[in-house]
Amino acid sequence: MIEEGKPLFVQIAEQVEDSIVDGSLAEEAQAPSTNELAAFHRINPATAAKGVNMLVDKGVLYKRRGIGMFVAAGARDMLLTERRREFALRYVQPLLVEARRIGLGPDDVADLIRAGAEPATP
Amino acid sequence: MDSVIEVRHLTKRYKDVLALDDVTFDIQRDAIYGFLGRNGAGKTTAMSILTAQNLPTSGQVRVFGEDPYENAVVLSRMCFVRESQKYPDDATPRHALASARLFFPRWDQDLADDLVEEFQLPLKRTIKKLSRGQLSAVGVIIGLASRAEITFFDEPYLGLDAVARQTFYDRLLTDYAEHPRTVLLSSHLIDEVANLIERVLVIDGGRIIMDESTEDARAQATNVVGDAATVETALRGREVIHRESLGRVSSVTFLGRLDDAERAAFAAVGLDLAPVSLQQLIVRLTQQRTPGRDTLAPASQEGTLR
Repeated sequence: MIEEGKPLFVQIAEQVEDSIVDGSLAEEAQAPSTNELAAFHRINPATAAKGVNMLVDKGVLYKRRGIGMFVAAGARDMLLTERRREFALRYVQPLLVEARRIGLGPDDVADLIRAGAEPATP
Repeated sequence: MDSVIEVRHLTKRYKDVLALDDVTFDIQRDAIYGFLGRNGAGKTTAMSILTAQNLPTSGQVRVFGEDPYENAVVLSRMCFVRESQKYPDDATPRHALASARLFFPRWDQDLADDLVEEFQLPLKRTIKKLSRGQLSAVGVIIGLASRAEITFFDEPYLGLDAVARQTFYDRLLTDYAEHPRTVLLSSHLIDEVANLIERVLVIDGGRIIMDESTEDARAQATNVVGDAATVETALRGREVIHRESLGRVSSVTFLGRLDDAERAAFAAVGLDLAPVSLQQLIVRLTQQRTPGRDTLAPASQEGTLR
């Protein structure tokens, strides 16, 4: 679950964002605490805190004094917009690099995507 | 920065061997450090001097701003779990835990009882009849339950199986989260502790060769794989720490960060980039010298040895 190559705190933040994007962590719901994240991912609490702070700075989480962290209203839309913007860079570019290496053109790739998206015929 | 330990120009010489060579570093309050290095690099010597169980040849050590030597107040705030702790012949774990309870002002008996159960430590068997893993468990339990402001774990895992080690890591993290304190964890199982530690201190041949946040350390090196000639061209001017080749393909580890544009440039010429784990990085950085350390010429100061 934890991979090398990307700072750990960024990965922690992204996993919290994943739960917001897929709806398992609703807006205005309480987010996991730094210590819960640290224990769950078996990482240093300072690293978990850095991930949480990144989400606070970004406006995804906000702090209620004495209670904990909560998901901000509008966080899901914000994350969806951001992820759609990054989709080309993160997923399409690597796809095209590999396609080129094995001699597939953009149209071939598009055909494969269409075929893959169709419901499997029994 | 809030330091609990300050080490300045610390040197320790044993006969003709330089165990610590003019070492200077600080340890910040309430952080978990990985104190890493090969066998004989000087880790245990450094920890022994910091806990006043050994004397420096020269240089200065300050713990909580004071000299730890024969300083009972400072010593009761530190716990040193030695890899090869010796106990009296007829001592049992019960005796060891009872004396630890007397010595450490922040001792938590409930935590100790809990850990005894979790590690299934037989309290009444004499320590010399314990297995290596059970002996390690005694040290781990004392290290955790003492809640000392500074705790040194010197390879605390010997003989502990994977499950018991995970128990140790989990307990360390949860107890640290509730009771923040300074921990120096010396370990060869770098991959196992990489996510637990906030900072990395690497000692090699008696010298500190790395002192930084784990996050920065991890981003320090990259591995590149591809056509040998292309790799060489792309890496011109960079510091290479390891090289392997298989036919025309080479795999090279180099220091330095890459920005997005540089990554794209590597990808454009068909080179694959891969991250380097903390363990790989430290292996690469410390394998450049042979084990053992610089030996001095016949020492003229031999008479000054402790």
